Amino acid sequence: MSGRSLRIYAFVYLVFLYAPIALLPIFAFNDGTIIAFPLQGGTTRWFTELFAARSTALHESVINSLIVASITAVFSTLLGICAARAATRYRFPAQRGIMGLIMLPLVLPEIIVAVSLLIVFMNVGLGISLWTVIMGHVLICTPFCIAILNSSFQNLDPAIEEAAHDLGETQWNTFRLITLPLVMPGIISSLLISFTISLDEFIIAFFLSGTDPTLPVYLWSQLRFPQRLPVVMALGTILVVLSILILILAETMRRYGLRRAGLKDKGGFL
Amino acid sequence: MTMITLQGVEKHYGDYHALRGINLDIQAGEFFSLLGPSGCGKTTLLRTIAGFEDVTDGTVTIDGQPMANVPANRRPTNMVFQSYAIFPHLNVAQNVAFGLRRRKDLNAAARNTLVEDALDMVGLDGYGKRAAHALSGGQRQRVALARALILKPKVLLLDEPLSALDKKLREQMQSELRRLQRQVGITFILVTHDQEEALIMSDRIAVMFEGQIAQLADPQTLYRRPISRQVGEFIGVMNILPAEVKIAVGARIAVDVAGLGPVMLTPDQCPAGAKTGQTHVGIRPETMAIAFENDTDTGNLIDGQVEEVAYYGDMTYYDVRLQNIERPVTISMKNLVGRHVLQRGEKTKVRWDERSLVLFKQ
Repeated sequence: MSGRSLRIYAFVYLVFLYAPIALLPIFAFNDGTIIAFPLQGGTTRWFTELFAARSTALHESVINSLIVASITAVFSTLLGICAARAATRYRFPAQRGIMGLIMLPLVLPEIIVAVSLLIVFMNVGLGISLWTVIMGHVLICTPFCIAILNSSFQNLDPAIEEAAHDLGETQWNTFRLITLPLVMPGIISSLLISFTISLDEFIIAFFLSGTDPTLPVYLWSQLRFPQRLPVVMALGTILVVLSILILILAETMRRYGLRRAGLKDKGGFL
Repeated sequence: MTMITLQGVEKHYGDYHALRGINLDIQAGEFFSLLGPSGCGKTTLLRTIAGFEDVTDGTVTIDGQPMANVPANRRPTNMVFQSYAIFPHLNVAQNVAFGLRRRKDLNAAARNTLVEDALDMVGLDGYGKRAAHALSGGQRQRVALARALILKPKVLLLDEPLSALDKKLREQMQSELRRLQRQVGITFILVTHDQEEALIMSDRIAVMFEGQIAQLADPQTLYRRPISRQVGEFIGVMNILPAEVKIAVGARIAVDVAGLGPVMLTPDQCPAGAKTGQTHVGIRPETMAIAFENDTDTGNLIDGQVEEVAYYGDMTYYDVRLQNIERPVTISMKNLVGRHVLQRGEKTKVRWDERSLVLFKQ
């Protein structure tokens, strides 16, 4: 392929990827309930509507989502720290197999995970609630956390921890004073990414959320009412901007961590 | 006074036998080196002393105290790591002061004085505020030294501390480490695979192969009287000649050396003892010489032919083929004034002295 056609290919690819997302803000500011061109003129009333008192169900779903995403981020990052540390620092029997199984949800079809979890939760009499959504989200977020934290822990020279221990500190103080500060950028990056994943996850939340819908589930239910669609567009615009900000922050933290440890960047999610 | 005693130290990693029955006494104030190729167990032995590895069997005693169940943070040892292990998120002064966190008796001023003294000692005065990642390799090395020495350990352990430095800097650090050791009087244990480094710096050297100590001696004895062919070939260059011990009765040791003929050796030349039978002898390149016509040295002469010439500037190394030996011998000659360099293929006479022969373990 010549350089010219490669450039065209790259352009078409990016348009396909981002044009639909670009439509979100366009129609969010469009003064009309029908999502179609031509545009009807600018307005901010969908945003006003979004924050209006009669959108309580929407507000509740946002709060549900924030609760789920926050708890998911904390739990999956904690699990990720333990797993990543074990994987990088110790050798144990069947290590590769165990790590492989932990990472599997990364490629498992979410619908399968969702349905199996639903069956299990129903059968053990747990019912479904925001807590079951959190469990499902922890399951799918943990592999991402491990992937991020693995690189943080791998970049840590084991001799650095030994040096602190050798200089008289206990194992716990060594972890607190040396290890934690050095992997902190990775931890923050892991918190932010799992938060983002949980926030916009739909399938598991749809199956496991019961009477308290998360935001994506609520949005889906609103698609039946065409006149609400522009409000969804407004919300979507806010979410996209928020997600981009969070991801930029996460990546900045990861690179800052590498720089501080004086290491070369070997790639990450971004 | 003995500072460290190792008795029957064994270390297994699963099936791998890393240390095999190590018995060792290291004196207080000694500069001691563990020398050997990679994988010989020297670093494992050092880490055993530091407390990073448990022994499978045997005992480690430091300054009269048995070290079983004493973790690394409570041992009177400090370590300089191969990677230096500078804490990247702390500046130079914070790195050096790290070990003082446990010293609750010190106030901030006393602490600063100690840190400044330690930095001064390693030639880094005024570097306290520098960020760790803004240091060169040599400076990191010095910070690691200051950080370990500030705690006044009884033993300083150095794990290949100079291997990451370039040649010039390494030579400079070698003499500086030696000076530092004399100044503080602490027992230093250096792990290295560089035989020259071990010879230059150490009071005594233990040469290790495959988890065992092959020979423990001072540098001169180690170089001049290696106990086995393996030690002789590992340290410097050594010509190995097949030989047969004809008589070994008390101090009378008669040996027939291939290419050189019959010689009488003293017991001193047989560090592993002698008994009749086939074996090898070793002779160093600088103890043999090309016999130039105008020199007046004495010694035995033998005919040879130059096979290879390597000119090093200050020295020339010749590979010379002698009669009745399979491999040519290497001879090093100083390039003195008026001395010419022989060409390949030239016939020459080789001067040698039986006092420089050493009989290897049979």
